[in-house]
Amino acid sequence: MLQVVSGVSLVAERGQVTALLGANGAGKTTTIECAQGLQRRSGGTISLLGQDPARAGADLRARVGVMLQDGGLPPSARPLPLLRHIAGMYARPRSVDALVERLGIDTFARTSVRRLSGGQKQRLALAAALIGNPEVLFLDEPSAGLDPQSRQLVFELIGELRDAGMGIILTTHLMDDAQRLADYVYIIDAGRNVAEGTVAQLLQRDPAVESGEHIRTLLFEAPAGLHLDGVLADAVSVSETRAGSYVATGPLTPQDLASLASWWAAHGVMPTSLSLEARSLEDVFLDISGKDIR
Amino acid sequence: MTATPGAAERQAPATLLRRILLQGKYEAGTMLRNGEQLILAVVLPLLALVGLTVTPLLDGLGSSRVNAAVPGILALCALSTAFTGQGIATGFDRRYGVLRFLSTTPLGRSGLIAGKVLAVLTVLALQVVVITVVALFLGWTPPAAGWLPGLALLVLGAAAFTALGLLVAGTVRPEATLAITNLLWILLGALGGIVIPADRLPALAQSVVHYLPSGALGEALREAFLVGTVNVGAAFILLIWTVLAGAAAIRWFKWN
Repeated sequence: MLQVVSGVSLVAERGQVTALLGANGAGKTTTIECAQGLQRRSGGTISLLGQDPARAGADLRARVGVMLQDGGLPPSARPLPLLRHIAGMYARPRSVDALVERLGIDTFARTSVRRLSGGQKQRLALAAALIGNPEVLFLDEPSAGLDPQSRQLVFELIGELRDAGMGIILTTHLMDDAQRLADYVYIIDAGRNVAEGTVAQLLQRDPAVESGEHIRTLLFEAPAGLHLDGVLADAVSVSETRAGSYVATGPLTPQDLASLASWWAAHGVMPTSLSLEARSLEDVFLDISGKDIR
Repeated sequence: MTATPGAAERQAPATLLRRILLQGKYEAGTMLRNGEQLILAVVLPLLALVGLTVTPLLDGLGSSRVNAAVPGILALCALSTAFTGQGIATGFDRRYGVLRFLSTTPLGRSGLIAGKVLAVLTVLALQVVVITVVALFLGWTPPAAGWLPGLALLVLGAAAFTALGLLVAGTVRPEATLAITNLLWILLGALGGIVIPADRLPALAQSVVHYLPSGALGEALREAFLVGTVNVGAAFILLIWTVLAGAAAIRWFKWN
C-alpha cells in the first residue's frame, strides 16, 4: 500500500478551529479522510470523540459533519429537497429553513446542483455538513470556489460555530484562510507535520525575531528612477520592481525609516503610497516546506 | 441548537429503518424523474411486449402469444432497473463523491446499499403493475398459482442483477459502466434467454444461456407464469449469482 501519510500527529479541541496547512499533495486530505473513516489506514491510531472512526457506527457519524472537497452532491438534486432528505437521517436536525436562509441558499433552493456556481455548491455542501448540528465539523478546502461575499459569510458562520463550542478541523493550502480562521495550525509537508502552533507562534518562528530584527517588507510608490543606493542599512535590499514601485526587504529598523524619510525630504520626493508588511504565514510556510515546486 | 453542542442534547441518528426508508424513497424518486431511466424501465419493455404479441416469434410456447411473452418482459424489467439503471446511477454517484458524502452521514455505507435495493424493488413493483395492466388488457391469463413463485423469483433475479450492477459500477469508470450495462441489456435481452427461451436460440448459445442470470430468470418466470410451478434449478442458479456477485462487490467496490 502506498504510504501517503506517515508522520502526522495532531489534536483538535472543541471550540477551536484547527487548520491543516499544506501544499497540494502534502497529505492533508488523506489525513482527514482517515479521521472521517472514509479511508482505511494501514497503521497509527485515531480517536474521534473517543471512538475509532474506522470502526464507528451511525452514532458517531451523527455527531460529526463532513464537507468534502468535491462536494459530494448529486448533480440532478435540488438543494432544498436534498437538505430535507439529509436532515431526515438525524434524530434532532437543525431547522432546514433557518440554515437555508443563513447561507443564502433560498435564492437557488430549486435549481439543480449541476447548474449552481462553485460558491453556491460550496455553501450547499456546508449546509449539508451542518444540518445534523455536529459536535465536530470537517471542512476540506472550504473556501475553494467562493466569491468574496460567500467567503465572508462562510467565515463568519465558522467563527460563530467555533464560539458555540464546535470543534472545527479544516484543510487548506491558502495561507490567508489559515491566518483568518485558525486558532491552531499544523503545517503538513510530504506526509508529516513539520510545524505547529497558533498563527502568532508560527510567525514568531523566524530566528531574526529573537534578535529583535523582524524581516519586513516596505513598499512605496514614487517617481521612477530614484537612486536609493546607500540610503538604507546594508542588510536591506531595495529594488524598483516596475517603474515607480519600490520594494525594500530585510531586517528593517526605525533608523531605516528615518533615513528614507530624510532622503525623500532632501530630494523633494513625496511617495504616493507607502506600506509596511510584516512577515506573513506564507513566508513561514515557504521557509519550512521549501520553495520547490512539486 | 444548544449553546454547547453535545452537552445537553447529543445528536443521534434517526432509526436504521427510517434512514433506509428515506434513502429508498429518495433514490426511487430520482430514478423515476430520470427520462432515460423511464424509457429503459417502462417504454422499452412495453414496446417489446407489444412486439412479441404481433409477431410469431414465441408461437407454440404458451396458450397465447401474450401468455408466452409476459414472463420474459417481467424479467427484462428486472434487468433494466436493477442492473442497467441502478448500475449507471451508482457509477455516476461514485464519480461525483455522492457515495463518499452519504457514507459520512448517519446513513453509512450499508444503509446506502439497503436504500438502493429498496429503490430498485419500488421501481420494479411499479413496472410490474404497469406491465400487468397492459398485459391483462392484451388478454394475459396467468395461472393463479404462478403469482407467488413468480414474484419471489423476480425479486431474487433483481437481487442478482443489483449485485452485478454494483460490481460493475464500483470497479470501472462511470462511462464504462454506462457502456457495459447498456450493451449487456441489449445482448442479454435479445440473446440471454430473457424474452426468447434458450431452446429457440442458436445451438451454440443454448448451453451457456441456462447458466446465465438472464437465462435462469427467464426460464423460472416462464415456468411460474405459464404452468404455475417453481423451477428449482433456475432459482439455485440465481442464488449462486447473487452470492458470488455480492461477495465480489463487497471485495472490490471502490468508494472513490
